[in-house]
Formats: sequence, structure tokens, C-alpha cells
Amino acid sequence: MPHIKPKRNNPRLDMTPLVDLAFLLVTFFMLTTQFRPEEVVSVDMPSSTANIPLPDRNVVMLTVAKDGRIFMDLDGQKERAALLKRMGEEYKVSLTDAETALFGNLASWGVPMSSIKAYLNTPQSERKKFPQPGIPSDSSNNELSKWVLNARLVNPKVRLAIKGDRETPYEKVKKVIQTIQDKPMVNRFNLITNLKEK
Amino acid sequence: MSEVQTGGGDKGKGGKPKAKKMSTHIDMTPMVDLAFLLLTFFMLTTTFSKPKTMEIAMPEKPKDNTDVPQVNEKKVLNLVLAENNRIFAYVGLKPTEDVVEELNYSENSLRKKLFERLRGDSGSMVLIKADDKASYANVVSLFDEMNITKQKRYALIDINDDEKKLLKEKTGTN
Repeated sequence: MPHIKPKRNNPRLDMTPLVDLAFLLVTFFMLTTQFRPEEVVSVDMPSSTANIPLPDRNVVMLTVAKDGRIFMDLDGQKERAALLKRMGEEYKVSLTDAETALFGNLASWGVPMSSIKAYLNTPQSERKKFPQPGIPSDSSNNELSKWVLNARLVNPKVRLAIKGDRETPYEKVKKVIQTIQDKPMVNRFNLITNLKEK
Repeated sequence: MSEVQTGGGDKGKGGKPKAKKMSTHIDMTPMVDLAFLLLTFFMLTTTFSKPKTMEIAMPEKPKDNTDVPQVNEKKVLNLVLAENNRIFAYVGLKPTEDVVEELNYSENSLRKKLFERLRGDSGSMVLIKADDKASYANVVSLFDEMNITKQKRYALIDINDDEKKLLKEKTGTN
């Protein structure tokens, strides 16, 4: 039996405009993107109506996690390396250039100076699991104050920003504020918040 | 765009068999795949919403030999932040039972009070005192209220013993 073959249309589409569009978007995202910084600890920030954007550069970020652990972050690879070098001299921790350079590339840190060498020598895949008890800020061993002080010496333009979790007890934040008011004598700082939707 | 110029040199020789014309269509599908893969990657790794910040200037620590400026006590509104999002407000120096008032974070409690203070008195001042157990969000929202109600003078200071006692009474018995 003769079949009547329906005429096959070539189903090929011209993909060129689609490619154009896709690459346009890729270019846009590539140029506007800023990679999300790696977060050591997740922080749910409180929201407020303040709408001053946080500057990208010259910021010391002090993160106070829900459990009160303190993490610090400073932008700029060179500044971070220089900061660690100063801290190493102060706390008599001998660090190689490779170690300080590596520190320049890492995310925010929350390890006491006594274990910073071990932290840096942990292989990259394991580093996330390295226990980070937070930067000590007790009166007997106030490393936080030294960190902030040296950060200001490394980069005098630096601003202090505090990023706290919604549920952090105020006690912990107060400790941070008191520390930075006491030693590097900073009375002006920023609190990082999310923008509140109205 | 993708046309290829063929021929050019063989105009005169008519009998020469023409080179078979190849299709100039290129299959774009893998390229689209790649482009969208990149697109997805950049879309997911990008951060659009920049964190916002509020600037806080803390009162300077008084030096030992300077006089602390005197303030009219009636102009000072004290806001004591306690745990579980409670606020106790009072005017004056000591939190006695008859002046303390409990507020909450809603619009017609705290904000109303703040606006009232601002309207009533030109030199009014707000002192924010957070208890250790108050959450950080409480402090931030208090600062936010100060910005919203455009308070001119406010400060975050330490809680004192009288207020601690007050909180013990209020939160312990309730």
C-alpha cells in the first residue's frame, strides 16, 4: 500500500538571535558581577530602613555570629598579608611569606593567633572544617583589639563595620563595641543591615 | 555574517564543474547551550543587593578630669531593652514604679512616644540602654526608630544597676 508521505519541513531554527541574546546577557553579568564572598558562618542580618550602601573597599568587617563567635575580614590581598605579618610579629608566631600570601586570599577568619599557623597549613579541602572558635576578645587576651589596631595601621583609611546576627545577644555585640572603643579608640562605626521592605 | 565567498578566479572557464556549494548553516545549538550555562553561572554567583549600613557614632569615653555635661533630667527619655523584645521607658533619673511604662516595637507604641517627646521638647534626648539578654536586632531597630523619628540626640549607653533591678522585677515576676 502506498503511503502518502507528508512533506517534511526542516525543523531547524535559526539560533543566531538566541546566541546573540545569551551572550549579551553573559557579558552583562560578567561585567556587573561581584562574587559572593565565601561565608564562614551564616549570619541573618537584622533589617532597617538605613540605605547607605556599604563601601566596597577599606572595610574591616567584624562578624558576630549567633553564638557570639567573632570573625574578622579585611579587603585587599596585600593589606591582609601585611596585617597578618604584623600580628605574627606581635604574637611571636613565625609565618613564612607563602603563609601570609595565602592568608591574603582567604575568607574571613575567626581563629586565635595560637592556631593560625595550623589553620593556614590545613589543606584547602579540609580548611572549611577547621574549628574556628572566634577571635578571642576577653580582657586577659584581647586579640580582637590588636587585630583592629593593626588593621588601622596597615590601612589608615579603613572603616569598621559590625555585622551581627538578628539573634546575637546584645552582650556579645557590646563586648565588640567596647573593645574597639577602648583600644583603637574608634567611636564611629557602621552596623550592617538588610534593607527593610516596606 | 556567515556567508563565505566562493569562486572569483574561475569566471572564464565555463566548462569547469562547479565546486559543490556547502551549506553555510552552522548548528548553533551547542553554542546556545554554552552561553546559557555561563549565563546561569553568573546569575547565581552574582550579588545584586548590596548590604546597607547605618552609621553610629558612640559617645566618647569621658576623660578622667573633664566634667560630664549636665542634662536636664526631665528631657531625657530612657529606653531599656529587655529580652523577648520588651522595652521599658521612663523619663528622669530613677526608674521608679510610677514612671516606668512598657512599650513595644509597634508603630503606635514606641514611635508614637518618640514623636511625642520630640514635639513636646526641643532639647529632648533619648538614651538607649540594652540589657545583655536583649538581641542585636532590638538594638538595630531602636537605632532605626531614632532615624525614622529624626531624633537629634540619642546615645547607646550601658545599663545601670537601678535598671537592672527594674528588669529583674519586671521579667522575673511576670
